[in-house]
Amino acid sequence: MKQPQGPIMRTATGLLHWTDQRLPVISFWNKHLGEYWAPKNFNMWYFFGSLALLVLVNQLLTGIWLTMHYKPDANEAFASVEYIMRDVPWGWLVRYMHSTGASAFFVVVYLHMFRALIYGSYRAPRELIWIFGMLIFLVLMAEAFMGYVLPWGQMSYWGAQVIISLFGAIPVIGEGLTEWIRGDYLVSDATLNRFFALHVVALPLALVALVVLHLAALHEVGSNNPDGVDIKKHKDEKGKPLDGIAFHPYYTVKDLVGVGFFGLIFAFIIFFAPEMGGWFLEHDNFVPANPLVTPEHIKPVWYFTPYYAMLRAIPDKLFGVIVMGAAVVILFFLPWLDRSKVRSIRYKGWISKTMLALFVVSFLILGWLGAQSGSTTQTLMARIFTVFYFAFFLTMPWWSAIDKTKPVPERVTE
Amino acid sequence: MKRIAPRSTLTAVLLLISGTALAAGAKVPLDQAQTDLGNMASIQRGAALYVNYCQGCHSAEYMLYSRLAEDLELTEEQVERNLILTGAKIGEPMVSTMDPADATVWFGAPAPDLSVIARSRGVDWLYTYLRSFYVDPNRPIGWNNTVLANASMPHVLWQLQGIQEPVFETQTDETGVSKEVLVDLKLATPGAQTEAEYDRTIRDLVTYLEYQSEPAKLKRESMGVWVLLYLALFTFLAYLLKLEFWRDVH
Repeated sequence: MKQPQGPIMRTATGLLHWTDQRLPVISFWNKHLGEYWAPKNFNMWYFFGSLALLVLVNQLLTGIWLTMHYKPDANEAFASVEYIMRDVPWGWLVRYMHSTGASAFFVVVYLHMFRALIYGSYRAPRELIWIFGMLIFLVLMAEAFMGYVLPWGQMSYWGAQVIISLFGAIPVIGEGLTEWIRGDYLVSDATLNRFFALHVVALPLALVALVVLHLAALHEVGSNNPDGVDIKKHKDEKGKPLDGIAFHPYYTVKDLVGVGFFGLIFAFIIFFAPEMGGWFLEHDNFVPANPLVTPEHIKPVWYFTPYYAMLRAIPDKLFGVIVMGAAVVILFFLPWLDRSKVRSIRYKGWISKTMLALFVVSFLILGWLGAQSGSTTQTLMARIFTVFYFAFFLTMPWWSAIDKTKPVPERVTE
Repeated sequence: MKRIAPRSTLTAVLLLISGTALAAGAKVPLDQAQTDLGNMASIQRGAALYVNYCQGCHSAEYMLYSRLAEDLELTEEQVERNLILTGAKIGEPMVSTMDPADATVWFGAPAPDLSVIARSRGVDWLYTYLRSFYVDPNRPIGWNNTVLANASMPHVLWQLQGIQEPVFETQTDETGVSKEVLVDLKLATPGAQTEAEYDRTIRDLVTYLEYQSEPAKLKRESMGVWVLLYLALFTFLAYLLKLEFWRDVH
């Protein structure tokens, strides 16, 4: 029904028309939102993609405001953070949104990856989406690590010391490489300055570019769904998938509910538990960096602990570094390791379900172990679960192929 | 200080039931500090104690007197008259007048900055530490502490608490080796305050340190309630909106 338009609407429509003749705004909107056909059976696991985007925006905006007051100088960094926390109006809120946002980013991204794991979202033709996603994960780890150094507390300093020294395990070039990374013989002002440059300019640019590629690849092939069925097989006469609905408005309003629930948890942490009992902001990081005093127990923030546990489980430093790196690299190959006839866990057999459950348990236990002091029993546990972590991927081509599957329906089930 | 609120009976009851069990060793069980940042009178009493007893040696470089005036509901004149004992100006940080070089000569190291001490140590640790000093003739300064052994801090508040002496017990382990173990502290010389009064004094001081470590904590929790209520309403409305739109789909 065409309604009579007032002068404001007429001007707006005119402006849109004028712009669209010069820039493809309407076709862009339609391709990515208004006529992007998403399967209608997304469940709550599909919130985490849009939430990751929300957290990215949160980190970019709060990061810009923090940069206005933060000083990347070994003598002033710690004090400038305390200045933000005390004397910058609302500085404490911006800082907690950023520090909590870092952990929230990993929570959301880990759950997003788990979603891909259970519904086979990495399977053909979505391999590139998965690869871009993994690159985002990799850059995010570098971004988080360098960001953690900036407050220049004891854990910032010694965490950086431990992580950078890992590169020293590489034969021949190792030593020179660590000096090149630090810009000095030890972690110092030079290190802080370059980490600041990378954290606020280089890596965010890379992250945003990769997110664009991740979404471009997704919108080219279309979203997977909890049934793992191809909705493009059944289209109406206009070419719209029968089981597809427009992303906007249906998923924009649905994601708004996800944003609400996420916001409640996020705000609860910011206002009532910003340190999260030492898991998000470590107690030792409220002691200014001191190159002469090593903290009793150096540990990374929770999102790195599974990999840190693997590193410590290996007695040889070089081999430990290789294993830790391989634990991330092996994820890139997932699309080619999974040989199951079906995508979604819903139609896989007991072997796949058991292996996936054990994998999740291993990852969580490794995460817990990485935060512990590392007793003999804990080291033994870390070795067992590291072996399982790799076994899960390396034996996947075999067990995923022989596992009995259920028939996959032609259309989505909900 | 002008605003000294009457002691609340609740605090008195809590003090009576809170134990003061002490034990020696690397990991000492900590007593619950039971601080309450909602109790402004307690923070104000703690601030007075802090500038009188702590600031002689310890700085809080990141804490401005003006921040204190604003947060503790005091006028700048009240802060200048009662809380600035170093001759500093209201907009300056709360630094100690002790020269770090002198401190190194006298105590072996400069006294640590206390700006964020409650965040690195925790309030329970501070509460237990400040009540666990005992005389030790083997130490250069004559004092030792069960929570942080062999540190160079003297018992600044001994006139209030009195003098505690260690109680040793000879313990024999499975291998038959016996050694003297510090098992308890007993009050040998009473101070100006009773044990309950001294515990309250330390609770006030630790409450102040908790505030000083994170001034935003005074407002963030009460603000958080409104933010959560707003978000709950937002989520509810978003849910209704989603139901309305999705009627086309189902």
